[in-house]
Amino acid sequence: MNILLSWLNTFAPFGDATDDNVERVSAALNSLGLAVESVQRIGAPVPGVVTARVLRTERHPDAERVHRVFVDAGDGSERHVWCGAFNMSPGDIIPLATLGTVMPDGRDIQKRKILGIASEGMLCSATELGISDDHSGILILPPGTALGQPIMEALGIEADALFELDLTRNRPDCWGHLGVARDLAAWFDVPFTVPSADLGVLGAERSAPVTIVDGDRCGRFVSVVLSGVQVGPSAAWMQRRLSLAGMRPISNVVDVSNYVMLEVNQPNHAYDLETLGGGAFRIRKARDGEKMFTLDGVERTFAPRDLLICDGNDVPIGVAGIMGGRDSEISDSTSSVALELAWFEPEGIGQSVPHLGLRSEASARFERGVDPYGIDLALSRFVELLRETCPNLVVHAGIADATAESLPPARRTARVRPARVNAVLALDLKADEIATLLEPIGFHGTLAHDGTLEVLLPSWRPDSTSEIDVIEEIARHYGYDRIPKSVRKSPEGGGLTPAQKRRRRVREVLLGLGANEAMPDVFLSPGDMERAGLHGHVVTVANPLVAEQSVLRGSLIPGLLKSIAYNESHRATGLALFEVGHRYLPDDGVLPFEAEQLCVTLAGREAPAAVEVWEELRSALGWNSTSLVASPLPGVPGLHPTRHSLVALDDGTVVGSLGEIDPGVLDAYGVSERVAVLDVDLGALLAIEPTPVQFKAFSRYPTSDVDLAFVISEEIPAEHLAEALRIAGGPSLVRLELFDVYRGPGVPAGARSLAYRLRLQASDRTLTDVDVAAIRQRCIDACAHLGAALR
Amino acid sequence: MIDDISSARDAALAALSLAATVDALDAVVGEHLGKRGPLSSLKARLGSLPTVDEKKAMGQVLNEAMQSVAAAADERRALLAAVERRARLDGERMDLTEYRRPARRGHAHLVTEAWERLEDVFVGLGFKVAEGPEIETDWYNFEALNMPPSHPARSMWDTLFVDHGPAGSTVLRTHTSPVQARVMTTQEPPIYVVAPGRVFRNETADATHMPVFHQIEGLVVDRGISFADLAGTIEAFTRAFFGPGFTSRLRPSFFPFTEPSAEFDIRRPDGSWLELGGCGMVHPNVLASCGIDPEEWSGFAFGFGIDRMAKEYHGVDDLREMYSNDIRFIEQF
Repeated sequence: MNILLSWLNTFAPFGDATDDNVERVSAALNSLGLAVESVQRIGAPVPGVVTARVLRTERHPDAERVHRVFVDAGDGSERHVWCGAFNMSPGDIIPLATLGTVMPDGRDIQKRKILGIASEGMLCSATELGISDDHSGILILPPGTALGQPIMEALGIEADALFELDLTRNRPDCWGHLGVARDLAAWFDVPFTVPSADLGVLGAERSAPVTIVDGDRCGRFVSVVLSGVQVGPSAAWMQRRLSLAGMRPISNVVDVSNYVMLEVNQPNHAYDLETLGGGAFRIRKARDGEKMFTLDGVERTFAPRDLLICDGNDVPIGVAGIMGGRDSEISDSTSSVALELAWFEPEGIGQSVPHLGLRSEASARFERGVDPYGIDLALSRFVELLRETCPNLVVHAGIADATAESLPPARRTARVRPARVNAVLALDLKADEIATLLEPIGFHGTLAHDGTLEVLLPSWRPDSTSEIDVIEEIARHYGYDRIPKSVRKSPEGGGLTPAQKRRRRVREVLLGLGANEAMPDVFLSPGDMERAGLHGHVVTVANPLVAEQSVLRGSLIPGLLKSIAYNESHRATGLALFEVGHRYLPDDGVLPFEAEQLCVTLAGREAPAAVEVWEELRSALGWNSTSLVASPLPGVPGLHPTRHSLVALDDGTVVGSLGEIDPGVLDAYGVSERVAVLDVDLGALLAIEPTPVQFKAFSRYPTSDVDLAFVISEEIPAEHLAEALRIAGGPSLVRLELFDVYRGPGVPAGARSLAYRLRLQASDRTLTDVDVAAIRQRCIDACAHLGAALR
Repeated sequence: MIDDISSARDAALAALSLAATVDALDAVVGEHLGKRGPLSSLKARLGSLPTVDEKKAMGQVLNEAMQSVAAAADERRALLAAVERRARLDGERMDLTEYRRPARRGHAHLVTEAWERLEDVFVGLGFKVAEGPEIETDWYNFEALNMPPSHPARSMWDTLFVDHGPAGSTVLRTHTSPVQARVMTTQEPPIYVVAPGRVFRNETADATHMPVFHQIEGLVVDRGISFADLAGTIEAFTRAFFGPGFTSRLRPSFFPFTEPSAEFDIRRPDGSWLELGGCGMVHPNVLASCGIDPEEWSGFAFGFGIDRMAKEYHGVDDLREMYSNDIRFIEQF
């Protein structure tokens, strides 16, 4: 909303557009919650620029682009100025920037010599004075303008400031200058004058009767017949204000209509009474498929959710609260109008606008809520302002004022407890102080017997309905900055949960291992999951921005593969990336399935690299109750079929997988390196409460090492052999290490040699050779049960 | 005999001084002080001296000679050992700057880093950290927050809807505020929590907006919580997070779920302002819809963007860079 300081000043004395004052008003607007997006200074005086008359002009034989202009600034002396514009003739009145003037763009006018001849100032264009975009030449003023006058005075331009406000939804009243002025006047404690709503003497009775058919959508509709209208241009001051506020001046009737809207926030519409079919109005919902051309020349098709203004013959002539019809516009020959001033139910307008794809200054106001009881003031302002250009204007008696059930009650109140006010705001205000704060903004409080205030809520504040709404008004006008500051401490103290701490540890471990944290898009393109070998249903976005972002990821793998491919295309290979994030899958519950996942991708690495990462995490996080288990056929989709394993909890619950990405998937994503991957349900893992590791006293007796190499089928996991060795070794086996894996000559195809080093030690004595030999044999026997032969 | 002792000693000392290595020195010592060495053999001749006094006196001379040789040998050994150690160490010289390599550690995402810094500050101020789902029901995202169906304020957010259940019933949360409702419906006050998380808007990405970004939300519900506690907490956060030269201010604003509502701005030490986020006293309707009696309890809430904090902190000019996953970006931090 664009607000002009000069317009505000018509309601209360806020002061001139001086730098200090504009800054003061701007700060006040911000403090009131009327956020100032920008401030534009208009017609600020330029001290030193005065009117002067051109006496004569002269070319210099050596100067092509400039000529010499001799001027008189009213003091009788002749001044010489070099000038690059040639649009002036002797006798023209022009602006002269005298020596020492600082122009709006910061230029300092100094005595400057060209060809050895000094220039005693500068002649100005409108652009240079900061008053318009016209830089076609030197500004020429009307003949007869007095000389030596300050230029803005001579032009009749009053210094002004335009505040662009970013209004919140609860302040529809500030969509008019009057509302802003009311708030500001209260803030500055200056007298605020609302214009009179008196219409004066009415003419003969002439009505345009109103029938509200659908009263749930239209609460009030006033129609007034005005005659003696002469369509023509509006007054210059009105055109100027409208232009500055951002509306194009059209004609006196349209301009007054817009002016009233920008002033008191009451959209209104003037119909040519001659062409108003049946001379009456009917307000009803549209019939499905009903059509009409709107003012912008577009034919619209309506549905029953749209409210129409129809004439007495039930022919649509406007979309209620949004835009008038093309065929009911007033013309240059209009002399009598029927003026519509109405209140439409906000939600209905708010739903109609997006469906019609039609927004207007009027609809923006109606959907936020205009003052249903501000119509009388709007009407009197309309009449008063139109009379300036239509001196014979007659307001006819017989004003139709139809109301219906959706009209908000005239009297709305809220009970406000001073104790509550003080508790919420940490203040110590008495009931009468509260009433005094509220009175200037139209909240009228009356002290009741029980010490509470009964506050009459103003009709222009539809958002304000309850005690807390009034408390907000008290806080605003008391001043947020004046409310003290205190800090309350939680009785329990702050902290992260153990799982949240463990999540941080996961990140630290991965960062320490050299993995970088990525954050790929959670949205995927249709087909991304399938390209990663992940078939099945996905969660989709009902209203995606673009189709490429219409699928919610069911896995973190596609996003990380895209990142690897992207970096590979920029010659960055061997990337270790990880992500902690949510994945989503369809579910029958209240919400889709959603879980926190950890995915690590190691480009340029083979599957064992993923095992190393997993072991580091497992050790650092104390996930001892997990193990790697063989992945039953057909394996985990998207992973290398013979190079992956499952991660399971002790109870058998599978919480993820690790290994390598399927080469086919890598091809589909344009990744040329192998990619090792760890993909686990982080939520499930973080839920594991590690039990504190218990200290075990270590033995003081010597150790013996035994190396055993077994040839065993590829079908048997090494982990099974290790487990058999641990059981057979018993408590004396203090360390077990797989130190060599061999495939090749000497070992049959389909098998490999696994070499283990067993460190044996007893807690109570030195093991004898006999003891060691016995344990060794037990281990060999145990492995033989698994089909492992000692090599 | 005394001359023999002197010459044997001098010979030993001369030989010692010529030994160039510890090994050669050890050989010289063996040769001159050993059992068959000249000094030892002189010891055998002591017995042939006539008187006890002479034996005593000559024995002392001989002992002194042997001791001086042994002392000289120790001294020479220490010198030679030092020279040899020095030579060995000189041979082990390394230029350690040859071994400088880029750090191998991984790099955390800027958003996570800012997220954790914020959590740490709020934990220090006495808050716990709450979490909630990213896909939400309409009830938690809007209705519980004083925005009944078709409430006009819903248009303040460009909502992304998810195909799940009846049309429009499931959304990608537009803010972290639904976590407020989840906490209040499951926990008894007093409540002091922050809820960082990912949020979604139906907005095209540009330098300052992302359709997916992160917010942190704060909620306090306790007896007698006032607007002063809100302003004081924002101020305490400002100083703790940004530094002692920073202050905060509240400006009136509007949110459906708080009243009175405010925008809060941070004033930098140079006097410029940073608009940070929104806050306010929890609306009594929100407390009531979450089963908390607004007459007994009151509270405040605040929220702001995490991404923007990371962007400011590291001077990133375009938010999209933070989500490019380009290693040239990631490795800078």
